[in-house]
Amino acid sequence: MKIDITKIIIFCFIAFSLFVFWKGLKNSSNYDTTQLIGSKISNFQLININNYDQYISQEDFKKNKFTLINFFASWCVPCRSEHEYLLNLSNKEIKIVGINFKDKKSNAINFLEELGDPYYFVGEDSNGKVSISFGIYGIPESILINSDLTVIKKIVGPIDQIQYDEILKLIQ
Amino acid sequence: MLSNIGISLVVLVLILSFLTIYTAYLDLKTSNQFIKVSIYKLSLFQTTFTVLSFFTLIIGFINSDFSLINVYENSHTTKPFFYKIAGTWGNHEGSLLLWINILVIFSYLFLVFNYKHNKRFRLYTLIFQNILILGFLFFLLLNSNPFNSIYPIPLEGLGLNPILQDPALAIHPPLLYVGFVGCSIYFSAAMASLISGYGGKLFAQSIKTWVKISWCFQTLGIIVGSIWAYYELGWGGFWFWDPVENASLLPWFAITALMHSLIVLEKRSTLYSWVIILCLLTFILSVTGTFLVRSGILNSVHTFASDPSRGIYILIFLSFMIFSALIIFFTKHKKETFSFNLKSRETFILANNWFMAFFLVTVLIGTLYPIFLDVLTGVKISVGPPFFNIVIIPLVVPFMLLMSIGPKFSWIKSQNKFFYETLFLMLSAIVINLFIFYFFGEYSLLSNLIFITAIFLILHSVLDAKKFINNINKTGLSRIISHLGFGFLVFFIGINHQFSLEEDFNLKVGEIKKTDNYEINFKNIKIKQSKNYKAVIGNFELTNLKNNLVQYLDPEIRIYSNPETLTYEAAIKTKMTSDLYLTMSNVSRSEYYNIKFQNKPFMVWIWISAIMVALGGFVQLTLKKNED
Repeated sequence: MKIDITKIIIFCFIAFSLFVFWKGLKNSSNYDTTQLIGSKISNFQLININNYDQYISQEDFKKNKFTLINFFASWCVPCRSEHEYLLNLSNKEIKIVGINFKDKKSNAINFLEELGDPYYFVGEDSNGKVSISFGIYGIPESILINSDLTVIKKIVGPIDQIQYDEILKLIQ
Repeated sequence: MLSNIGISLVVLVLILSFLTIYTAYLDLKTSNQFIKVSIYKLSLFQTTFTVLSFFTLIIGFINSDFSLINVYENSHTTKPFFYKIAGTWGNHEGSLLLWINILVIFSYLFLVFNYKHNKRFRLYTLIFQNILILGFLFFLLLNSNPFNSIYPIPLEGLGLNPILQDPALAIHPPLLYVGFVGCSIYFSAAMASLISGYGGKLFAQSIKTWVKISWCFQTLGIIVGSIWAYYELGWGGFWFWDPVENASLLPWFAITALMHSLIVLEKRSTLYSWVIILCLLTFILSVTGTFLVRSGILNSVHTFASDPSRGIYILIFLSFMIFSALIIFFTKHKKETFSFNLKSRETFILANNWFMAFFLVTVLIGTLYPIFLDVLTGVKISVGPPFFNIVIIPLVVPFMLLMSIGPKFSWIKSQNKFFYETLFLMLSAIVINLFIFYFFGEYSLLSNLIFITAIFLILHSVLDAKKFINNINKTGLSRIISHLGFGFLVFFIGINHQFSLEEDFNLKVGEIKKTDNYEINFKNIKIKQSKNYKAVIGNFELTNLKNNLVQYLDPEIRIYSNPETLTYEAAIKTKMTSDLYLTMSNVSRSEYYNIKFQNKPFMVWIWISAIMVALGGFVQLTLKKNED
């Protein structure tokens, strides 16, 4: 039988695509919060929204005992409901970093002026790329890490009283 | 009770499917010229029982029969009647039953209406269609049974996702389903055509109506989805290049290409293999889209509580479909040679197909590439509007040029007799564009080209319409309407994109905000209790500073109780010339509200033109006489 190279290429390509889909099905638990716990955060670098000479990267978190990375935006309504808890947390033994997700700089600054600023650093992520690399798919989301950059808790959606208490328990 | 009835009906349909395949197979071997009456009967019974099973589920929803898990999870006693019914297909299991209904109904109608066509071809189509039906029936029974019961019976249900409680969204799934699942029938017909050797012009005639029906419904379904996103999601846009929207666009490109090349097959008996490929591709892309949306690979509003076991099933079935289609195609198809004269209508239709193929590939890459990259390397990227806009928009310019002049050419070969007319229309388009540019503001070179070609297409179509009305040219009414609609669509999207205004600010009750052209006065706030939600309604007075026209806009924040969710209802004042769009969201622990105000010119014309595109298809369906 004559071997037709086009047919083989088409078959291989389709088989490959279907294989990727199949792998993807197993991988879709990526978005499962439990999977991220215990893993280390990936490398990143972000510019300070208030001061364009300052940068922050994963290295800076090593000196904090605990860091809460909070993803927020001025346009995000649930972010406003969790803000109170963040403000309370900022008085505790925990450093809070805000990552401003797909937002306008001026709106973000107004947002923090209006509601209070619980963050010791606000990173600007106007195109959302860094947030996506953290496995964020909607905001608000928060990731609690320890000094060796391991995720110990991930919160999808706004922080409420229960989550707040759990965070306090974890950092004690 | 309902659970037993429902399951029995589905099992009956399953048995009938096997019987249909078996009897059709036996009938293939007889030399009888006509299909046995028993096959018609089997098919009719199958249709009746399928429809009955769907009605059983609807009754479950209407009566809030929470002994069915499906009803318990997706309905609630306080839900309005209309949304109780819509809840039937507002979830994975119910929509799968609707999917099967369409497969079965189309199967029966195709069998009945194509009585003039070859017996072997029709029987094979019936067999392939029933294989598809069987596949989905097993999926329904084993994995996603809407008739599963729950005990003890809960007193109250969990309710339907409030963002789905919208009239546009209640009809969006059935429209899209007729569109996407309707493609199954010419997938089966294409397979049957390859096996029975019933090709060419007659094959084109047998599937023509079905292609048009599914095209019309797909187009309309996509438009309704887009209208819903505009009114309900409160982002002020109508197309986001979201992976889920793209998944619906992929089969649409394939089917639009198919609809055009089918005309060539019918008129010139050529492009047979290409038509077959498109027939197969359209349904394969529909199922691929369903797989992407339902398996949880993509995250979006459409992800009905994603479940990987569902994904595996659809994937296995999809692989089976693709490989059997490929094997049958490669073993049966014969090489075709064709040569078209450059100046003939078929060349232009072929050009349409190249563009459609290009758009399809672009959207396919943009949608699949992030998934592939994530799966293979773990890198997450998001491909958004910039990619699609950069790659697709420039190509719309030559596409519309060809779309304008293509229909001027006649089949096989034409003369250049309409050169001056075209030149005149092109000059008119340039002049009109200059007027817009001069009076309304500047825009980029690409936008200029888009406007010129869109106006060019509109002028051409208007001229054709005039000829049609004056009886000079009696063909192509549906084409004129659709092409005119497309020209307007591109034109108004361009205008809308170019001249939209957007303001974002915080206000409290009693405050006034001034923008360049408007003064926005936040008068007061009211709380209203509705049947299934509580609403906080803002009252805004909007004064147009140019003409002192005062308008009132009342955006809402709705708090749904079952399940508890907040939604933001934009206040939209639609006028013929522009939409005023205002959304408000609460700022907690503060008396301020965040206000997003937009002035979007000619918004309503985008919908009208898009509906006009679909209307063209419906006109052709209703015209008895075969034209074009």
